[in-house]
Amino acid sequence: MSGLRYVYAICRPLGAPLQSQLTGVAGDPPRLLNHHGLIAVVSHVPERDFAEKPLREHLEDLDWLTATARAHQGVIDALTVVTTPLPLRLGTVFRDDSGLRTMMEEREDYFRRTLDRLEGRVEWGVKVYTEPEPETEPAASGDGRPGQKAASGRDYLRQRRQSVRAHEDKWQQAEQFASRLHERLSAYAEDSRLHAPQNPALSGVSGRNVLNAAYLVSRAHSEEFVELVDRTKGEVPGMRVELTGPWAAYSFATEFTGEGNR
Amino acid sequence: MTTPSRLPEPYGHSSGANLADILERVLDKGIVIAGDIRINLLDIELLTIKLRLIVASVDKAKEMGIDWWEDDPALSSGARRKELARENAELRERLAQLEPDRTRTREEEAS
Repeated sequence: MSGLRYVYAICRPLGAPLQSQLTGVAGDPPRLLNHHGLIAVVSHVPERDFAEKPLREHLEDLDWLTATARAHQGVIDALTVVTTPLPLRLGTVFRDDSGLRTMMEEREDYFRRTLDRLEGRVEWGVKVYTEPEPETEPAASGDGRPGQKAASGRDYLRQRRQSVRAHEDKWQQAEQFASRLHERLSAYAEDSRLHAPQNPALSGVSGRNVLNAAYLVSRAHSEEFVELVDRTKGEVPGMRVELTGPWAAYSFATEFTGEGNR
Repeated sequence: MTTPSRLPEPYGHSSGANLADILERVLDKGIVIAGDIRINLLDIELLTIKLRLIVASVDKAKEMGIDWWEDDPALSSGARRKELARENAELRERLAQLEPDRTRTREEEAS
């Protein structure tokens, strides 16, 4: 029994070999399955981990999920270096090659159309954070007398109002900066998507995430795009701009829904 | 490494990505194809619960905006349920306004 087929991506035949020491999901190096001129990138994975029940259980296990997600992304990353892959969602598993070939045949037109649309393009992730503030200290507002004890109830309320206002100002400023940046980058990119802000527990990043966006940019224009983003760093104090990529065009793989978000 | 020359050097390999960036993409973006093994990523609500356990408490988690999965109806069946419940409550309320007497009697009967 040679196991199940875990599929990472669909792409066109590779012009250059994949990085040789690549290990994929379940430690199995990715293999290329050619069908009618389209390539499915697959690993052979054991049934004991990837049949329906164990897979479902594993997905609840954050450590397993993390390792698998990194392995999946590692393969997609390596593919992105040599081609334009269509990344499939984590956990796309077939019983055998023939099931996989059937699927490829059924969706051949769709794959070709999408590959044409994304050819030579990559995705860049841009996030904006507000730098962490000592929010935990109450009544410590920007210009007020930080930490000063309120002499009366009225004083207390006034300090409190000031602190709330300072906080709101900062938020407004952050939102303005984020939307201006998004506008500017969208104008440059071929397409863009806004994602939900990330939660700090998972990202382990300090500060509040006020913009989490993805931009589709051709390889040829990527350098300029990166420079464009770099120039905005430090433009407004208290805002941090982070760039990730190049990613495979994950956020643009599904056809445009008209909504464009999430 | 065979990074194409066009790509700026330090950015050859999804640099700067944190776990959230990766999970966000491999779990939530990309093409959905029903394979032979039918799993539904929408069902992994427990994942969110586990993530919540990492931080001190549910309230703290909420405060930190840790509910980005659960509030998205496309991602979480819990959110879909919540959406339905909300809609249901809204409809009841509207019905109560339209037919105050009848709804009241029904509620009385129910209790």
